[in-house]
Amino acid sequence: MNPFFAKKSLLMVALTTLFAATSAQADVTIISFGGTNQKAQAKAFYEPFTKASGVKIVASEYNGEQAKIKAMVEAKNVSWDVVELESPELARGCEEGLYEKLDMSKIGPKADFIPSALSECGIGIFVWSTVLAYNADALKGTPTSWADFWDLKKFPGKRGMRKGAKFTLEFALLADGVKPEDVYKTLGTKAGVTRAFKKLDEIKPYIQWWEAGAQPPQLLAAGDVVMSTAYNGRIASAQKEGKKLKIMWANNIYDFDSWGIPVGAPNKADAYKFIAFASKPENQKVFSGEIPYGPTNVKGTAMIDKAVAADLPTAPQNMKGALASNTQFWVEHSEDLEQRFNAWAAK
Amino acid sequence: MSDDQNKNHAEPHVTFRKVQKSYDGKNLIVKNLDLDIQRGEFLTLLGPSGSGKTTSLMMLAGFEIPTGGEIRLNNKIINQVPPHRRNIGMVFQNYALFPHMTVRENLRFPLTIRKLGATEMDRKVTKVLDMVQLDEFGDRYPQQLSGGQQQRVALARALVFDPELILMDEPLGALDKQLREHMQMEIKHIQQKLGLTVVFVTHDQSEALTMSDRIAIFNDGVIQQIGSSTAIYERPANPFVASFIGENNALSGLVETVAESTCRVRLDSGVYVHATLGDGVVQGARTIVSVRPESVQLNVQSLGCANRMGGYVKEITYLGDHLRVRVELAGRKEIMVKAPAAEHKHRFDTGDAIHVGVNPEHLLALAPTASA
Amino acid sequence: MTQYSATMPAPLDTAPEASLQSRLRRAERMNKLKYGALILPLAIFLMLTFVWPIAALLKRSVDNPEIITAFPQTSALLRGWNGQALPDDGVFAAFAGEMAQIKGTPVLAAAAKRLNMEVPGFRSLMMRTVRATPLEAGASAREVLIDADPRWGETATWQLLARNASPYTMRYLLASLDHKVNEQGKVVATSPEEAIFVDVLLRTFGMSFVVTVVCLLLGFPLAYFIATRPVKTANVLLMAVLLPFWTSILVRVAAWIVLLQSQGLVNQALMHLGITDHPLQLVFNSTGVYIAMVHILLPFMILPLYSVMKGISPVYMRAALSLGCPPFRSFWKIYFPQTLPGIGAGGLLVFILCMGYYITPSLLGSPNEQMASYFVAFYTNQTINWGMAAALSAILFVATLLLYAIYTRLVGSQNMAARAR
Repeated sequence: MNPFFAKKSLLMVALTTLFAATSAQADVTIISFGGTNQKAQAKAFYEPFTKASGVKIVASEYNGEQAKIKAMVEAKNVSWDVVELESPELARGCEEGLYEKLDMSKIGPKADFIPSALSECGIGIFVWSTVLAYNADALKGTPTSWADFWDLKKFPGKRGMRKGAKFTLEFALLADGVKPEDVYKTLGTKAGVTRAFKKLDEIKPYIQWWEAGAQPPQLLAAGDVVMSTAYNGRIASAQKEGKKLKIMWANNIYDFDSWGIPVGAPNKADAYKFIAFASKPENQKVFSGEIPYGPTNVKGTAMIDKAVAADLPTAPQNMKGALASNTQFWVEHSEDLEQRFNAWAAK
Repeated sequence: MSDDQNKNHAEPHVTFRKVQKSYDGKNLIVKNLDLDIQRGEFLTLLGPSGSGKTTSLMMLAGFEIPTGGEIRLNNKIINQVPPHRRNIGMVFQNYALFPHMTVRENLRFPLTIRKLGATEMDRKVTKVLDMVQLDEFGDRYPQQLSGGQQQRVALARALVFDPELILMDEPLGALDKQLREHMQMEIKHIQQKLGLTVVFVTHDQSEALTMSDRIAIFNDGVIQQIGSSTAIYERPANPFVASFIGENNALSGLVETVAESTCRVRLDSGVYVHATLGDGVVQGARTIVSVRPESVQLNVQSLGCANRMGGYVKEITYLGDHLRVRVELAGRKEIMVKAPAAEHKHRFDTGDAIHVGVNPEHLLALAPTASA
Repeated sequence: MTQYSATMPAPLDTAPEASLQSRLRRAERMNKLKYGALILPLAIFLMLTFVWPIAALLKRSVDNPEIITAFPQTSALLRGWNGQALPDDGVFAAFAGEMAQIKGTPVLAAAAKRLNMEVPGFRSLMMRTVRATPLEAGASAREVLIDADPRWGETATWQLLARNASPYTMRYLLASLDHKVNEQGKVVATSPEEAIFVDVLLRTFGMSFVVTVVCLLLGFPLAYFIATRPVKTANVLLMAVLLPFWTSILVRVAAWIVLLQSQGLVNQALMHLGITDHPLQLVFNSTGVYIAMVHILLPFMILPLYSVMKGISPVYMRAALSLGCPPFRSFWKIYFPQTLPGIGAGGLLVFILCMGYYITPSLLGSPNEQMASYFVAFYTNQTINWGMAAALSAILFVATLLLYAIYTRLVGSQNMAARAR
């Protein structure tokens, strides 16, 4: 890939919008991360929304690359209406003018939401967590901390981790005994970064890197790895399918996924309507029932069954010792830390 | 056979004995070939394509293995000797000069393999380049040379390592007529000067006639006749040779009486002629009498001939030094006559009655061959 | 003759001659126009799809518009600054003014992002500072800025701004070669923990080289075999060679994963045959990448080799044999050198294609097998650092050109000399 493919895809986008504009009008295009997450969204948000409003939804997926959105916005030829975003991308894109500043009056009362779920350009969809997941069949004993993830003697076998610096470095520091509240402070210093990489060196030959959220359950189920970092929702889905996978909640890292509207979205009004609909407590409740990600609407939390609530990142026992992902830190440091991570991983 | 090349040394240089070659296991391309090649002679294998001449040459070179029989070189059987151990120089149809080597490198190639010393190598290369008059072209690549020059390099390369004998596979086919005739003489001169044994394959009869000590005429995998140019031309052994070499008029008839070396033939038109007796012609057998167009006399010149016939002029073609006259004889038989222009120009016209005459020594009665 | 030509330049003749010349010229011009019109669409097409993108790519690798766009006045002032002591109040005032102007716009974000690239943390510095603007009337810009963040009181901060106050930068190209400009403005190597691209580029060349050599070793005998078959057989074999092109590269890569994974067919077969008792690691490491790359690129080696070999008459081998050269040596000395153009073309093709490969190593390899194009994609998609992506591409592009130059030098010239006329 090089920038010209981006330009080419820009041309494609331009062409498709051209055709879209002439043929179908007012289909709201919603882009999310796909997989079981998107299936749950379809059931909780897309289908009821179409039923309620008559507005059709074109659902599509991406891997979070901002290049395409940037290209579309810069060319003023945007074909996406609503995009699911992780926090650092949302923050960066908001500053760079890729996303609309949201008018909360069109969505709902601010007080209904977890305060940190609201930002200038986005509103949280759900709370998700990166946890330690393991294959109960393959593992003798129960891991209880990130130090156990690093303990090759106690738990021999390969480990799965997301290929990237984000969260990987945090877990390394947690395993090295850094307190959750000190993680980002430590990571902000040169010595802290070196400490994290040094810790990673210990298990480097045993790491199987993954890139898509659907991979860890597969790797765990196939026995390729015995433990892995994973998104809690993906593991829950695998559990539903009968896989004997388990989650260790201790020191998980949680974050929001948010809705954003690219600047120049063709159906801005419907996009707002959709976001408002998806932010309603009753719909968020349905979503959490489909995939155990926590609602951002406080009223939604109250509506959830107790059985379901226990598996959510927002459950009090799961929140204990949990670490909130520091968006500002990653906005600032992703460039240099990802570079250093690549350099480290390639050696 | 009236073979006039009887100056041969003790034994032939190359012998073919009952050599056979088949590619498909059913048909023989070469059938029981017997052939002796004398040391120092220039032998041409001549024949139409598919007659087995090239296959015979390739068997001698070692690129084809005989299906039967044996080939000897200096009285040693070489059937199983691979080509690179035969020490036979070969000139190929399109020269096969190595395109990635200069002329000099091409010439050094066989010498390098024979591990000659540098000075010896240079001496030989220079000598052979001098011989083919290409001293100044040693550093050129083959593609930078004209066709004739490439041909000479190919010849030089075949000569430079002093091979046992030289084989040439239609080496002049790609040259234009003038150059070809020039090269024919050049090759012949070099052959004579060095006393080389050369086996030359061609389908061009005039080339064969000019260059060869002996010519072997191939047809259908069999040598039809082998002999000197004059013998082949003047005393063809059978109607195939007669018609393949030069122009020929063939009239069929029946042998009435046979004398010592002549015979009397009743042609199919009923006319009687006296002819020279060819090999295997017996009384009462069918025969084909053959006469060269230039041996037929017309009108006044025909008066003294033993055989005279009347006919009509069908067509006259003016060819500068001579006329070609197509004459229709009795029984609608046509013969071609080649007459000197100086004597016959404007003496007769198409449709005129005319007399033709042939002396018995020019009229050859041949046994018709099945293969012809 | 001479007499005749002497009378030629008579004045009488000049008029018709001139008209003849002009007529000739006109006719030629018409021809040129016609041919020109015929190739014009192609020329335009090439300009748009080939020349222009490459030029844009090269420009992008040195492009540095963010700072001068955001702070034109400050940039101009900083160019005249000696870099020793803190800049004077005018610079502070201009900077504060321009900050206020671009407050809350993408221009500021772009500038902040650009500076953050050089010094992590600069983004928040900028964002904190902008909140202090616009200045209240009469306030000292210097005091307000330093009050907002003490780093504005350090020369290093201003030197960073000054270094980037020009429309072009060598930063991306230097970074692609693991170098950077340090605070003193000198080019130095990046620290070993962050150095990556020289290794990646060397790896890209190394892997491409290995793949090329393996393709050659496998492709040469096969091409020779096909070239020496009768036409009918050769056509069938060539179809077989081209067969992989009928499926998409992704499908082929996925198929290799299925075949090579630890419970895959290959491992099962090996264990069944008793060659090994535990599954071999054949995928997600260099083995898998090499196997798949060779598989994908082999046709690009075989086809040029075949076409060159097809043109080499078997008579050369016979000639060499007749000159007394044993068969293998004949092959090596006579046949092989004539296949060099094919080896060169095939090798170059495979090597260049290999250098640009992205999908195969990214799916079949570990982080240790990622090649330069992986990072081009990474910077394009993940971090939207198109300057870095362009710089890496530019380096690959230049390397390809160099390689091509070497190729024409080594194989081409000799060959062209041989083929002259």
